[in-house]
Amino acid sequence: MKWSEFFVTGEPLIYAADVAIVLTIIGIVFVLTYFKKWKWLWDEWLTTVDHKKIGIMYIICAVLMLFRGGVDALLMRAQLTVPNMKFLDAQHYNEIFTTHGTIMILFMAMPFLIGLMNIVVPLQIGARDVAFPYLNALSFWLFFFGALLFNISFVIGGSPDAGWTAYFPLASNEFSPGVGNNYYAVALQISGIGTLMTGINFLVTILKMRAPGMTLMRMPMFTWTVLITSVLIIFAFPVFTVALALMTFDRLFGTQFFSMANGGMSMLWANLFWIWGHPEVYIVILPSFGIFSEIVSTFARKRLFGYKAMVGSIVGIAFLSFIVWVHHFFTMGAGPAVNSFFSITTMAIAIPTGVKVFNWLFTLRKGKIRLTTAMLWSLAFIPNFVIGGVTGVMLAMAAADYQYHNSYFLIAHFHYVLIAGTVFACFAGIHYWYPKMFGHLLNEHLGKWAFWLFMIGFNICFFPMYFLGLMGMTRRMYTYAAGLGWTPLNVVATIGAVLMGIGFIVFCYNIYYSARYGERDMTGDPWDGRTLEWATASPPAHYNFPVVPEVTDLDAYWAMKKNGSGYEVKEEQLEPIHMPSNSGRPFLISIAFFFAGFGLVFKWFTLAIIAAIFIILGLILRSFDDDDGYYISVDEIKRTERLARKGA
Amino acid sequence: MKHGKQRGRKWFSWLPLSLLLLLSGCSENIVVLNPKGPVAKEQYDLIMWSIGFMLFIIVVVFALFAAVLIRYREKPENADYEPPDEEGNTLLEIVWTAIPVIIVAALAIPTVKSTFALEKPPRHDVKPLTIHVTSANWKWIFSYPEQNIETVNYVNIPEDVPVKFKLTSAGPMNSFWVPELGGQKYAMDGMETQLILQADHPGSYMGRSANFSGKQFAHMEFEVVAQTQDEFDKWVKEVQQTAPKLNKEKYGEILKPGLVGRMTFSNTHLEWVDHAKQNSHHGDDEKRNDRHGDMESDHYEH
Repeated sequence: MKWSEFFVTGEPLIYAADVAIVLTIIGIVFVLTYFKKWKWLWDEWLTTVDHKKIGIMYIICAVLMLFRGGVDALLMRAQLTVPNMKFLDAQHYNEIFTTHGTIMILFMAMPFLIGLMNIVVPLQIGARDVAFPYLNALSFWLFFFGALLFNISFVIGGSPDAGWTAYFPLASNEFSPGVGNNYYAVALQISGIGTLMTGINFLVTILKMRAPGMTLMRMPMFTWTVLITSVLIIFAFPVFTVALALMTFDRLFGTQFFSMANGGMSMLWANLFWIWGHPEVYIVILPSFGIFSEIVSTFARKRLFGYKAMVGSIVGIAFLSFIVWVHHFFTMGAGPAVNSFFSITTMAIAIPTGVKVFNWLFTLRKGKIRLTTAMLWSLAFIPNFVIGGVTGVMLAMAAADYQYHNSYFLIAHFHYVLIAGTVFACFAGIHYWYPKMFGHLLNEHLGKWAFWLFMIGFNICFFPMYFLGLMGMTRRMYTYAAGLGWTPLNVVATIGAVLMGIGFIVFCYNIYYSARYGERDMTGDPWDGRTLEWATASPPAHYNFPVVPEVTDLDAYWAMKKNGSGYEVKEEQLEPIHMPSNSGRPFLISIAFFFAGFGLVFKWFTLAIIAAIFIILGLILRSFDDDDGYYISVDEIKRTERLARKGA
Repeated sequence: MKHGKQRGRKWFSWLPLSLLLLLSGCSENIVVLNPKGPVAKEQYDLIMWSIGFMLFIIVVVFALFAAVLIRYREKPENADYEPPDEEGNTLLEIVWTAIPVIIVAALAIPTVKSTFALEKPPRHDVKPLTIHVTSANWKWIFSYPEQNIETVNYVNIPEDVPVKFKLTSAGPMNSFWVPELGGQKYAMDGMETQLILQADHPGSYMGRSANFSGKQFAHMEFEVVAQTQDEFDKWVKEVQQTAPKLNKEKYGEILKPGLVGRMTFSNTHLEWVDHAKQNSHHGDDEKRNDRHGDMESDHYEH
């Protein structure tokens, strides 16, 4: 292979990116060295097994990926603003929409939510960490290096270009030569393994580590949604693992599972992909529902209306999510009986979802609604998501779907559910839990600016797309002819996208601004919260709770505040706390995964095998590891708690 | 605070307004809502039926949402108000479970009916015309086995006659979509799917691929020209007499990745290759043909 094939060349945008990447790396290395922060980085972050720090790292990566995916989106909107635009060529456009979709779902939405889960769930259930802290670190680093591997494709080797769905035979060697789709297969596999382990970890954490008194039906709604999401991950991700493995064999070793020759079957890929893919979209929507439930209840100062029905409906949605996948290809010609079945199961999802919407509305009713930034995002979710939801029901009607399928109507629909659902939830969640993560609040004024810009921009961008779809504009077109009547709406959509971009910039500026000037949260309970995470300090000590709290009711902390003076710790109650030790091994194993993956992408099997040996070595070392953690002495807890109280 | 409320209201009025503007401004461009044949009409009716329910849901939810927000905002005058501790309301929850169930049923029944109906020709008193459609990178090839003619990137059909498009692909998957005549179906390698369309009147209708198939996918357009039966017969005769013959070499050239213009031939490539029968997915050919036969009788002729 020549160097000119190894590095992507010929595009001024790419050269600019190359320069930016090199400068950023030099900058980071310089800052770390100049301020003598290497040891800090290693001790505090790279080797940490603390769920709060891992959560923060997840969210930092997710925000970076939101930036990357957002730039992709703006490039696409620029290209589509007017007919016959020459800004991007077909190949470049195809790569960009592929990476946009893949990154937004797998490297933005999921890690953002998993980050919030990491920070919040152990605190909500009164635990000191997740069930398997070491595994949790491994999950994160596998995700991180999977994402890194995927992202370097655009400067080294070339990006995947067959869509985030990577349908065969288009994604086969025959029609997609080059390494782009190898990156897709291998990078998603590595981060997928991490996600699967996260699912197992949180299932066990929630089932086994709840504080005394917290029965299943006293769990906060966010924790409930995370529990169900974990089950979805555990059932759905193995399908993706297998599908990606078969794809890897097809692309690297000449097997013919999905190819056009020797009995390969491209429809098999579509089925496997969506058997994972549909539960996947619920993996990113259920925790979002949980976040909205927490925030709506807190800022309405009211218990969640119809808690049991809410639990029932997420279980129902999770069950249905496994029997609807064919609605992604009604047009494959499966026959009317099959299509009718999947039509009805898909529409049925509207029933539990509708129940949830009305329960949120009735939580608000008779409440005392405080319009904080977190609450604005949560409130905006309701009408916007309903628009996405009803158009989803329209798409579920097989006979009508033949007219919407793969058009901009579909694009509008899934952006309305994914942005108004998941992205709004991420913004709501980060504003809500930010004081818990960092000890200071995000600025409300800037937060509201970002909200209005983004929310209005979102509607201006995506609402016209419903009509573009009905006008016959199909997804993934890199250009279109004049005279179809598509131009005005495309111009409008681009304006909306720019507003969303400005909203995102304001949000990022808010992070910087608040770090410098933000209001400190001394109480640990800035919103008058209802659940246990607000009972402890902001940010919580490494061990979360000096004494594990007793739970007597749903909204455990609210009950404590109502029946007494909240969560109080007497020094004589303190006992030594057992905590897990840090370990650098998850980080190092994941680096080995990265190199093994890189070797596979380029078919450099020597590199892949050497890296695989390191992975196995890491697993063996872990098996003989008898470090079972350490104890924090009572004296040290006293010191930490006094310091925290003095701060208050 | 007051600020936010005003903006919120403005935002509410924005949605229906834009809807109105769009519908009045460029309705003839909204091809899906401009049916030119019975298939598209059936889908149009279903779409309109569903839009009615959806607007109803949107109005109910938006009204409740606005009412609750306005009434229960935190204001200086309700500073002492403490919300009640209510857990839920079984009756209400049954109501808002039952109403969606009814709506889903009201949508599901016509959906299932239409889904079955679309697999059959809209009318049974005329013999349907069969046209084989092959998608290739990045063009559409139309073969008329009964007339023994072939076209590329355009297809002529007689008005008021059901046309059975038998779809397959010589490469990546595409989706055959002529919005004014009816919804789409995939064209896949080694597979044959069938889409029945019919045009009410003579006219020209744009078709395109709706499924991404690589570099020049955006240019995979074709024109469907509906003609009177007489005109169509005349055109067929003319093609049979004047158009050149297609041979394997020429066909191989057409299949090469790239864009081509319109072409017309006085025979079909089905003489030597049917891409739907290449790369058998189901073992030996005999068995496959049996299955295929079953599928055919399943799909139509009822």
